[in-house]
Amino acid sequence: MADEKSSQPEHPTPLRGPREGVPAKPEGKHPGVAADVAALAGGLKTTLSEFFRPVVTTMYPEDKTVRSERYRGRHYLRRYDNGLERCIGCELCAAACPVGCILVIAAENSDENRVSPGERYAKTYEINMLRCIFCGYCEDACPVQAIVLGPEYELSDTSREKFIYTKEKLLEPMPPDVEARLRASAAHPSPLPDGERGTPK
Amino acid sequence: MSLYNDPIGHWVVVTVAIALLLFVVLTATAYTVWFERVALGRIQRRPGPNRVGPFGLLQLAADGIKLAFKESFVPAETDKLLFVIAPTIAVAAAFLSWAVIPIGLWYNVQYWIADVNIGVLLIFAFSSLNVYAIVIGGYASNNKYSLLGGLRSAAQLISYEMALGLSLVPTFMIVGSLRLRDIVEYTVHWGWYNGPIPLILLTPIGFVIYLMAAVAETNRAPFDLPEAEQELIGGFLTEYSGLKFVMFYLAEYINMITVSALAALLFFGGWYLWVIPPVIAFFIKIVLFLFLYIWLRGTFPRLRYDMLMRLGWKVLLPLAIANVIVTGIVLVATQG
Repeated sequence: MADEKSSQPEHPTPLRGPREGVPAKPEGKHPGVAADVAALAGGLKTTLSEFFRPVVTTMYPEDKTVRSERYRGRHYLRRYDNGLERCIGCELCAAACPVGCILVIAAENSDENRVSPGERYAKTYEINMLRCIFCGYCEDACPVQAIVLGPEYELSDTSREKFIYTKEKLLEPMPPDVEARLRASAAHPSPLPDGERGTPK
Repeated sequence: MSLYNDPIGHWVVVTVAIALLLFVVLTATAYTVWFERVALGRIQRRPGPNRVGPFGLLQLAADGIKLAFKESFVPAETDKLLFVIAPTIAVAAAFLSWAVIPIGLWYNVQYWIADVNIGVLLIFAFSSLNVYAIVIGGYASNNKYSLLGGLRSAAQLISYEMALGLSLVPTFMIVGSLRLRDIVEYTVHWGWYNGPIPLILLTPIGFVIYLMAAVAETNRAPFDLPEAEQELIGGFLTEYSGLKFVMFYLAEYINMITVSALAALLFFGGWYLWVIPPVIAFFIKIVLFLFLYIWLRGTFPRLRYDMLMRLGWKVLLPLAIANVIVTGIVLVATQG
C-alpha cells in the first residue's frame, strides 16, 4: 500500500496557482481618499436601502414554510382498512435502523386474539425519538409498509422518557367504520355461544 | 431658574435630578439596546426582537431578569477584588458623564446636575476611566483572551482620546468656553441673523473626526477590537456573566448615548431645532446619532489592528491638529 502511495503521480496541473484568480492590483497610484469615501458611502447606501425593504423572516410558530412532499418526520404504524395492524413483528426495521433506536418484541397471533393478518404481530414497538435520525430506512425495510414516516416535525417535549414513542403513540387510530362496528358489537354481544356462530337454529 | 440660586432649593433640585436621571438613563439604555437590535435586524432583513411585549419592547426586561438571576460566577485563580471592581468602574464612569450634560426641557427651562465650567473636559476624564475598567477586567480575569482584549483596548483608547480631544478644540476656540451650556447657546450675529447656529457649520472637519474617534472611544463596531468575538472570544468580557456582564453592557450603551448627546450638544445646537420643543428636539438628535452608530455597525467590517492604529495616529491626529491651527488662523484673521 505504501508503494502505491509513493508511486502516485503528482497532480498534473495544480487547481490554482499561488496568485491565480486574485484580481491584479490596479496600476499606478492608490485610488485616493475620495474613492475610499465613495466606497464607504456606497456601503452605507446598501445597508440603508436594505433597511427599508421588507423583512424576509418566516414568523415560525404562526407561519410555517411549505415542506417537501417527501419530508420525513415522526413515524406512524399503519393499519389495514379492516382495522388489523399491518406490522407482522418481523424486526426488519430494527435490523435496518443505523442507530438502533427501534425495539420490536413479537408475539404469536391466535384466533382469539388476532392483531395482524400474519403469523405474528408486534407486542411491543418502541422508537427512541432522541436517537432517531429520520433516515427512513425502517420504512424502506418494512415488507408490509407498516412503519411510515409522517410529515410532523414539531416533536419537542419536556422529558427524555417522553421521547420513547410506544406502540400506543405510534399506532394509527382504527378506521371510523371499524370503530363503529366494534362499539356496536360491544353493546350487543352475540347471543350465540362460542363456536356456534352462524350455525342456523 | 432661580431655584438653582437658592442654597436649599439647589440641593432639592439636584437630588430630584439625580434620581430622575438614573431612571431616564437606565430606561433610555434599555430602549437603545432594543432599538439597536431592531435596526440591525432590519438592515439584515430580520424583524429583530418581537416576541416579548408589543414590538418586543419588553425584551430588555426579560433579558435583565434572566441575567440578574444567573449565578454570580467568578473563575478560579482570579483576582476577585479587581474582577468585581472592573465592571463597577465601567458603569460608574458611564453614569458620571451625565452629571454635567445639560438638557433643555422646555423653552428657556434647562436642567442640569452640575453646571461645571469645564464640562466637556470632565466628560473626557470620565470616559477615559472606562479604559481602567477594561484593562483591570482583562487583567483580573486570568485569561489570555481577556488580557489581549484589555491591552488592545488600552492602546485604542489612548490613540483615539487625543484625536477626540483635539477635534473639539476648534469649537472651544470659537465659543470661548468649555461649559456645555455656553456651547449650546452660542449665538452668532451675522447681518440680520441673530441666534443659535449648529456649530457643525463652523467646524465640519472637527465633527468628522469626533464622529470617528467617538466610535472608537465607545469600543463599537467597526472599532470593537477589544471584544472582537471571532479572534478573542469576547475579549475582556470573556469571563464575565450575570450582573457583572450587565454592568459592562450597560456602560457600553450609556457611553453610546453619551457620545450621541455630546455630538448633538457640541455640533448640532443641542436642544435648539427650529420651533420643536427643546426636549423633543434633543431626543430626536440623540436618536439620529444612535441610528448612525447602529448603521455603521451594520455596514462596516471590523478594522485590522494595524489599520486602526494607522487611522488614529497618521490620519485623525494630524488632521485634528491641522484643524486647530487653521481655525486659529481664521479666528485671528476675522476677529483680529
